[in-house]
Amino acid sequence: MALSKVDFNNINVTPAASKALKFNSAADGFETGDLGGNMVLLSTATASSSATIDITSGIDSTYKEYQIHFTSIHPATDSTKFTCQFDTGTNTSYNQAITSTFFRAAQDESATTDFGYKTAEDQAQGTAFQTLTGTIGNGNDESCAGILHLFDPASTTSVKHFMGRAQGYTHNNYAIDEFVAGYINTTTAITRIRFKFASGNIDAGTIKMYGIL
Amino acid sequence: MAISKFNYNSFNVTPVAGNALSFNSDADGFTTQGASSMVLIKTLTASSSGTLSFVDGASSVVLDDTYPVYLFKIINLHPGTDNVEFQVNFRDGSTDYDATKTSTFFRALHDEADSTTALAYRTGGDLAQGTGFQRLNEGIGNNGDQSVSGELTLFNPSSTTFVKHFMGKFSGCNAGDREDTTYVAGYCNVTAAIDAVQFKMNSGNIDAGQIKLYGIKDS
Repeated sequence: MALSKVDFNNINVTPAASKALKFNSAADGFETGDLGGNMVLLSTATASSSATIDITSGIDSTYKEYQIHFTSIHPATDSTKFTCQFDTGTNTSYNQAITSTFFRAAQDESATTDFGYKTAEDQAQGTAFQTLTGTIGNGNDESCAGILHLFDPASTTSVKHFMGRAQGYTHNNYAIDEFVAGYINTTTAITRIRFKFASGNIDAGTIKMYGIL
Repeated sequence: MAISKFNYNSFNVTPVAGNALSFNSDADGFTTQGASSMVLIKTLTASSSGTLSFVDGASSVVLDDTYPVYLFKIINLHPGTDNVEFQVNFRDGSTDYDATKTSTFFRALHDEADSTTALAYRTGGDLAQGTGFQRLNEGIGNNGDQSVSGELTLFNPSSTTFVKHFMGKFSGCNAGDREDTTYVAGYCNVTAAIDAVQFKMNSGNIDAGQIKLYGIKDS
């Protein structure tokens, strides 16, 4: 009998909803999986009363830009800032020298507004954790979210630029739109990032890292 | 006779060029599936380059109505000359990069000595119906480890009805050993299609670094 159409269950692979049919890594059979693209999800970390969230793998020369998307980051402690720092190799000090800028727009639920540079949140060759947001509240519906870009972390020639923008719901009911940018002033490759609140745990939230091909 | 090969049109799904074969959402049949909505079109690597240009139809560059949004990623561009501006211009029908632009430009800065901070609008960086190159970052140093990185988005360049909006943000290592964070936005005030984009320093070459062009599908 002539073959007219191949039915999905004639392929020797277990169907998976919305997944693509791909050749396996040995190219000798099929498997299901996600299609590649130029924005590749590398890791997902979900906070659960976590003191820190560390990304310690996947940051290398494969990608020229990494994007870290943090979503619904909820602090256990009221009125605390979400922060990050970087490190090299397998080090765990998270104390790289950073020079950065920080400004924000803000408005509270009573229509009080604020816009300006925040000298308390920038760094001048500082090795402290870099502020990403203002003081986030720990009310059940209070949290922050944002995107941090890290450029060419594997460079051994240049400083490492980063740019971030975050939106937060503060302890005193402000909507804050925070802009941070700067450079990690080292020519050693950056291989890891740590996120934490200035005080207390990350009660909940998700941090995803993407590589941009 | 055992089947050793499946022909593409043996599958009970309508083929779509460039898409993969995928299981449907019920996992009981086939459908087609595209890859990421962010498509890498072209990477240019500077090597003592006077300019870096993306021209539709040349060197595999697409800059037309294929995508509604185009995104340029600027990775560690290192200038050959100290204390220079990084700039862009757009081509709107001729061979010249001289599209008329109206734009805004503001900057935050902070030096390594912690002696200066600023957040201010920069009238020297904006354009009011200007045809010159648009400033993207300024004062970039050319020490071995100094560079500029960032991104520039160009919206709907193929429109022959509307102006062409652009938005960019950049982190630059200033010649004065400080972070210069710049935000630029504006529109090319032309209804002709923009079919090429050119980047350069206002003085000297782009010594090293990369610019990547992506198309954003269905946005």
